[in-house]
Amino acid sequence: MNALALPVPAIELEDLTVAYDREPAVHHLTGSFAPGSLTAIVGPNGAGKSTLLKTIAGLIAPDEGVVRMNGLTRRGVAYLPQLAEIDRSFPIDVIDAVSLGLWAEIGLFATITGGLTARAEAALAAVGLGGFENRQVGSLSAGQFQRVLFARLMLQDASVILLDEPFAAIDERTAAELMDLVDRWHGEGRTVIAVLHDIERVRAAFPDVLLLAREPIAWGPAGDVLTPENLRRARYISDGWSDAA
Amino acid sequence: MMLYAALIEPFVEYGFMRRALVACFALALGAGPVGTFLVLRRMSLMGDAMGHAILPGAAIAFLVAGLSLWAMSLGGFIAGLTVVLLAGIVSRVTALREDASLAGFYLISLALGVLIVSMRGSSVDLLHVLFGTILSVDDAALLLVAAIASLTLVTLALIYRPLVIECFDPAFLRATTGGGTLWHFIFLTLVVLNLVAGFQALGTLMALGLMMLPAAAARFWAGAVWSLAALSIAMAFASGLIGLLISYNFSLPSGPSIILTAGGFYLGSILLGTRDSLRTRYFPRAHFHE
Repeated sequence: MNALALPVPAIELEDLTVAYDREPAVHHLTGSFAPGSLTAIVGPNGAGKSTLLKTIAGLIAPDEGVVRMNGLTRRGVAYLPQLAEIDRSFPIDVIDAVSLGLWAEIGLFATITGGLTARAEAALAAVGLGGFENRQVGSLSAGQFQRVLFARLMLQDASVILLDEPFAAIDERTAAELMDLVDRWHGEGRTVIAVLHDIERVRAAFPDVLLLAREPIAWGPAGDVLTPENLRRARYISDGWSDAA
Repeated sequence: MMLYAALIEPFVEYGFMRRALVACFALALGAGPVGTFLVLRRMSLMGDAMGHAILPGAAIAFLVAGLSLWAMSLGGFIAGLTVVLLAGIVSRVTALREDASLAGFYLISLALGVLIVSMRGSSVDLLHVLFGTILSVDDAALLLVAAIASLTLVTLALIYRPLVIECFDPAFLRATTGGGTLWHFIFLTLVVLNLVAGFQALGTLMALGLMMLPAAAARFWAGAVWSLAALSIAMAFASGLIGLLISYNFSLPSGPSIILTAGGFYLGSILLGTRDSLRTRYFPRAHFHE
């Protein structure tokens, strides 16, 4: 991927309230993701992290408030769903799955020519899956499949990248290599927002953190946000929501 | 000569057998690929519900226009689509899931349809609508089935890419294109259209059989979308051909003979298929020889 021309528009959230499955999941969230920032969204289970990411991706409409993409089009946003949301038993070859990242260029009808295929093959090689082109996705391990999805993200060449639990259920080596890719995207000036569970990884690799427990607990530099007091408060509020639900 | 009399002569001698065979071929062309996507999207039972939903529309058209193929097909199409839309709306604005809401609507539709036909028609009419009569397919019915098959193949070719993405990774499709519902609805329309095409020949209760059974059987032999669809078409047509011959030679009703033949392909594939069948699971071929 080529380095992007800066500045990349930031994403602003204004008094955002979102329901998921008719249950309120995110309450009155206001803040912004700076251009080129690398932010982790963390919080207990059911804290509304994935719901927030889906809302930014345009998959869920807010009940109240707005998400301002500041000039970004859909083409400028790439979204990685959780592994469980994808039908891995679907009979599709690895190269075809990766080539979906070229959607903005191929649309409904264009054929995937030699040049585009070469780009897809290069993306696969970059995630360590050169030679896997004609394997079916159903034959891959969870880690290999996540690499395929990262190759697809590379082809999308978006200025904002949204990752929903990108390292869940994959081996540590794969997670580390994919984290290197995330760092590279960050270095290229892309805005990366990732929902994560592993607080230690977040401390080590993410400069900014949004701690969520259906409502915002703290948002800012990782060191300021991931304090024992904030984490305790997040758990406490989240348990309160669970009991009330 | 025995073989000629059993296998060839029925089609040489009788126009109704030739028309029935052509109808099976046209039905297979449309139903094969649509059934493939139904199976891949895990919507087999929803297809069943949609098949039943056609009945009241066809029954109301029967009351108004008698046994008119075009009127009953149009009525069935409208009823099927209405039930699909209503079920979708109910599942989005209430806590009920789409499968439960569809099941609710199709049971109401089925009961309503049987009631309407019983009020005005004879039990023969009811049997005709419920179980179809492929041997009475006339030129108009053939044209309708062929037109629906052609429309299905052209539409699937046009929406193939988004349809595949929607099956594989629906969130990616919606995030990238903003669409998803449109392709889903076009696909559901194709399902209803093909069920309407099948109901004259096989009846509302069994129209789904030629769509589902070959597609489910193909999963045990093929591993790509195109080969699954091609194999589904081949098995659906073979079911039609063999079913018609069984029906002719043993004086059995044609619809059940065709669907039971498709059922035979399905059971045979579960047992003997090359991919994840009982044979490959419990009697795998050794990879290494001493």
